[in-house]
Amino acid sequence: MILDLQGFWAGHGCVILQPYDVEVGAGTFHPATALCALGPEPWRAAYVQPSRRPTDGRYGENPNRLQQHYQLQVILKPAPADSQDLYLASLAAIGIDARLHDIRFVEDDWESPTLGAWGLGWEVWVDGMEVSQFTYFQQVGGIECDPVSTELTYGLERLAMYVQGVESVFDLDYNGASGAGRITYGRVFKRAEREFSAYNFEFADTARLVAHFADAETECRALVDRGLALPAYDQCLKASHLFNLLDARGAISVTERAAYILRLRALARACCETWLAGSRAVI
Amino acid sequence: MPELLLELLSEEIPARIQRRAIEDLTELLRDKLAAAEIPATSLHGYVTPRRLAIIADGIPGVQPDRAEERRGPRVGAPQSAIDGFLRSAGLASAGQCEIRDTGRGEFYFAELHYPGRPAAQVLPEVIRAAMAELPWPKSMRYPASSLRWVRPLVSILCLFDGGVLLLPIDRVPVGRTTRGHRFLSPGEICVGNTADYIKRLGEAGVVLDRDHRTEMIRRGLERAVADEGMSLKPDPELLDEVTGLVEFPVVLAGEIDAEFMTLPPEVLATVMRTHQKYFSCVQTDGVPAPRFLFVANNVATDGGKTIIAGNERVLRARLADARFFWDQDRKTRLAARVDALRGRIFHAKLGSVFDKVERMVHLAEFLAPHVPGADVVRSRRAVRLAKADLSTSMVGEFPELQGIMGYYYALHDDEDSAVAAAIANHYKPLGPRDVCPTEPESVVLAIADKIDSLVALFAIGEKPTGSRDPYGLRRAALGLIRLILEKPVRLSLRSAFSVVERQLALGEVKTELLAFIADRLKVHLREQQFRHDLIDAVFALAGGLPEDDLFRLTDRAYYLREFLASSDGANLLTAFRRASNIVAIEERRDGCMYSGEVDESLLRELEEQALAARLAQVNSDPRMRLDFEDFRGAMSVLASLRQPVDEFFEKVTVNTDEPELRENRLRLLSRIRATMNRVADFSQIEG
Repeated sequence: MILDLQGFWAGHGCVILQPYDVEVGAGTFHPATALCALGPEPWRAAYVQPSRRPTDGRYGENPNRLQQHYQLQVILKPAPADSQDLYLASLAAIGIDARLHDIRFVEDDWESPTLGAWGLGWEVWVDGMEVSQFTYFQQVGGIECDPVSTELTYGLERLAMYVQGVESVFDLDYNGASGAGRITYGRVFKRAEREFSAYNFEFADTARLVAHFADAETECRALVDRGLALPAYDQCLKASHLFNLLDARGAISVTERAAYILRLRALARACCETWLAGSRAVI
Repeated sequence: MPELLLELLSEEIPARIQRRAIEDLTELLRDKLAAAEIPATSLHGYVTPRRLAIIADGIPGVQPDRAEERRGPRVGAPQSAIDGFLRSAGLASAGQCEIRDTGRGEFYFAELHYPGRPAAQVLPEVIRAAMAELPWPKSMRYPASSLRWVRPLVSILCLFDGGVLLLPIDRVPVGRTTRGHRFLSPGEICVGNTADYIKRLGEAGVVLDRDHRTEMIRRGLERAVADEGMSLKPDPELLDEVTGLVEFPVVLAGEIDAEFMTLPPEVLATVMRTHQKYFSCVQTDGVPAPRFLFVANNVATDGGKTIIAGNERVLRARLADARFFWDQDRKTRLAARVDALRGRIFHAKLGSVFDKVERMVHLAEFLAPHVPGADVVRSRRAVRLAKADLSTSMVGEFPELQGIMGYYYALHDDEDSAVAAAIANHYKPLGPRDVCPTEPESVVLAIADKIDSLVALFAIGEKPTGSRDPYGLRRAALGLIRLILEKPVRLSLRSAFSVVERQLALGEVKTELLAFIADRLKVHLREQQFRHDLIDAVFALAGGLPEDDLFRLTDRAYYLREFLASSDGANLLTAFRRASNIVAIEERRDGCMYSGEVDESLLRELEEQALAARLAQVNSDPRMRLDFEDFRGAMSVLASLRQPVDEFFEKVTVNTDEPELRENRLRLLSRIRATMNRVADFSQIEG
């Protein structure tokens, strides 16, 4: 399925990238989307990205909830006029026939307070199941996107469950083998779900997380001062993940939470500005 | 007369804003056509998820000609001024002007004629302006156009009198084509005129008329339940929403696995409605039926089998989630969850929800004796458990089920049924249309929850300002008012506020809060067409504390209205105003107050003696002691002032030449004011 989607988007001029190697909460945070959505140069990319959502962990006991899942992310800049048609054609490429299904674009305005980003778009439903997010980026890092990009995010586990017809994510067939050779999603990830849920909710050392957050923030600022946008952005991503962990631990109050979000947004903004300044210098 | 057809085809417009958008667009176009003097005789707007369409008829082919008279310089003015005027008016010589005497000299006048422009030229400007002004709640930029829109515009169909009008919308194609239903008939449609448009869209799977789509859904739903001998849970809001999600509605029915039917009905309905936009069914005995209905936007080639199977599977996953929560949650008693509330922050400055519950326990103990039939032990137990469901997985997933889940879990734990009901009801009323609970312990809890939030958040300065009310304190105040008035509950709010203030030790807010509640009460009563000035009149009496028993307050306001409608009341109010006006004017002029005692030896006229005597009687009448609550009695005592006051004004001159007499009479008038103000502040009454 990943291959089909990547093949489809490669056929439409997308660079096929690999996952980014820093923990992120969504494929959007990959620099190929967050940073490349800024500035005037045309850009098309597609990649798979593991997304960590510490608060969504359920110790592997819930058939639909994971603290880490996989997204296939597509970014098209500028947004093509036939974005929706392209998206529907990509669904057809993985076997979802529009004549047989009920495909809907249901309002869902996207916003990432920590990234200072927002856009308008939809959740895409196939027969009542949300399978994708479809967003027209308006702002990233508090900076207007000009031109506007189309961002598509496919929830891979959901899609796979749909295509394979299984009720629990852990029952997904992960290698196509049968008998003793069969490997399921659960076999690969269930232990990680259990252990990371325990870490995220119970054992992450909050004092240390707070200290790490401050370190990442300082480092990010220092790198911004040197005009090193990408390393600075890595630190911003780390700070963002540390914040998510603190949130999952229930270690921050509502007001503190708002203050953290503002600090993160300031970092994201600084990184985005540095990135834009640098790309102008290169050109 | 020429007809106009405009269709703005876009990507999917959010369901909840479609109706408003087409109303606004219709209104804007109507106004702008009228302003351009090419009004339509009929103009109708249509909206689907992908299009806003306007069909107008009777638009004149050209604007009427317009004439304008312009005054120029005075005859004999410098030649340069005259030339300038001629140039601006487009005239060749002064001979083309008329010379007229305006009474202040002779001036040149030019008659300018503007021929009306063809409507086909004016319309693109009008339409473009209407589109630019259309107020979307949220709009976006996109590459094809500089015109912000709710989602990208795909194409525009614009025909006037059968011909295409070219609208300047950047790179969005404008012409005589549109597209049909996204899946049923996605090809281009070429349109000749309005009738053709509706017909071809219909053939292409688009039901243009919103009401028609709603009706199709309603009929489809009814047919589906009738087939199974069930009935539908009416849900007009959901019906409205799903109408905005489809261009061609197809009602389908799915089955709910029997294993999920043991879940509480509210859980089933919430999962189906909020997440999936499904309609719930009930059997003839009111029990939830194992069916759900939904509206698809596609006539599938397999008759909907795949769509139904897909939706059933999604619902199964959602309900499996819910049942997982239900089973997990019931393994822990609610009572054992109370401690977990220590970790749940109510507000950073106010501590945890546990702290709130502690305060509410004291408050409930204070309140229970004021609510007829409320048992203090049950009330206390209910408060302790009221918030415990917040830490259950089910409420974590579906916050709108707070209270309701507490109810089910309490019953599962064999708590008293009144305790369980109070837990379920304590957030109520949730809005102006929600009902107030009537069970005694439920009323205690609902009042306690609201008073605690109001006092605590006021104490840390989190008051609502302007349109900002992040903690919903206006709603809480209105809920409190309704709970008190509907039961009714006799209660001194000031004392109740004190209970919370004492525990918080953050200072006093009761005066400020009471004024806030009085304001909300006025808003509440105004919605029932009740005059706010009458509330003011009975709320704050001179020298006393503002009234804090809302039942007594409104009861008095109602009676005051009745009294003022009688001839005694109306006359007395006139007399009161006359007396206060005279005193106020003279006090201002003399720079002193006439509030001293009346000297009886200086009462010369019969009428002033009679008035003084009656005032003394009135003031010593036991019914005037308002703490005895005999407001009607007090008003009838006041009414006895009418005759002597009227006679006084008829016969006695206040401003005599004798200063002593004048001063004494002013004191007498001042006494009328003071006496009446003991019962109500008549100076607040308007009209």
